[in-house]
Amino acid sequence: MTDDIRALTARLAEEPGSLAFLELAEALRRRGQLDAAYKVARGGLTRYPGLADAHDLMARVLSDQGDLAGAFDSWASALQLDPMRTSALKGIAFLYFKAGDPAAALAHLERALEVDPDDVSVRQAIGRVSGDVRRGGATASQTSEPPTGPTAFEPPESPPAPGPAAPVPQAPGPFDAVDGDRSGLLLVDAHGLRLAGRLRGADGDAAGDRVAAQLAGVSREAARATRLLGLGAWHAIAVESPDGHLVLTQASAETIVLAARDPSLPLGRVSMLADRAARSARTWLEAQG
Amino acid sequence: MTETQTALDRVTRVPGVRGALVIAAADGLVVAEQLMEDVDGQAVAALAGSLVLRLARTAESAGLGRPRFLHLRGDAGSVLAAPGADDLVLVAVVGPDANLGLARLELLEAAGRLA
Repeated sequence: MTDDIRALTARLAEEPGSLAFLELAEALRRRGQLDAAYKVARGGLTRYPGLADAHDLMARVLSDQGDLAGAFDSWASALQLDPMRTSALKGIAFLYFKAGDPAAALAHLERALEVDPDDVSVRQAIGRVSGDVRRGGATASQTSEPPTGPTAFEPPESPPAPGPAAPVPQAPGPFDAVDGDRSGLLLVDAHGLRLAGRLRGADGDAAGDRVAAQLAGVSREAARATRLLGLGAWHAIAVESPDGHLVLTQASAETIVLAARDPSLPLGRVSMLADRAARSARTWLEAQG
Repeated sequence: MTETQTALDRVTRVPGVRGALVIAAADGLVVAEQLMEDVDGQAVAALAGSLVLRLARTAESAGLGRPRFLHLRGDAGSVLAAPGADDLVLVAVVGPDANLGLARLELLEAAGRLA
């Protein structure tokens, strides 16, 4: 077992509800450990059936295993959740190409190019598939010669997996400018994915990803509510519960910060903490470009 | 006067409160209301009901338990909500100068009497 797989396995064991399964399954797939990759991807998908990344990952694993029908279904599911997902468009194009339907492959590649005009691999694949369409549909699957060379049409790859842990300097985090205890702070994107931060649930397990997933679209919903009720733009949502308080506030148009504390800290103080965390996260997001 | 009407009365007496209503969170319908003319009760019920349910799931996922008070703050006012029994939620729409502390106390007190 390589260091990166060992580290990812340990992380997933420590936080079974985290998104570490995405990296772990991808790392296993890249090493050719397809059965293990499938098991990890299946477990993640069971936990996160609404996550396009998980369906995309499953499609890559199934494609590598030779289950092309399963891969097609998984990429179709990813596209249903995220119609702009170029990796799924490329994946389906690849499967159509393999199935001897270069015209359908070309249509999907052209959609991918509309979404991301700078994707060189899509341009290369379009060049290859266009040739087959012009020649009347002879494809890799129908000819004895597999496509080779730099313009050969291959299934989509995910971005390179992170390498083994190297002694690199710690990157600054979004809550570095927040003094004191930074636990209970989360930065979440509009799709309910945790960008940074940690949160523990009642039983002490990692709850960050689970809570983040509940917050998908909450910013849009709050904005709609305040607008329709004539209350202007929304600034914050405070929730008071018996076992703690949480406050949500916008860090940017696409992200929100959640601050959670036990009930010993008054709600007003949690709001102040959330404001500080949002300012810090805003600076960090701007620095990320 | 019913408990529900008493609850709405108490909340709307707080300075700055533009209206209060009791909603059924699951379907976002108005059960009873006491609103100023410019407040759309059905819109408040639908929007607040949806947000309350979502935030309740969030709080429970975070291990904080069922929320007892929620506050959505906007530029020009706020929506306050206090879940009561049987899926009922007492909601108030308040202006920017409302006494939020007093409104919160009244909502919590009144929501406890809803049934």
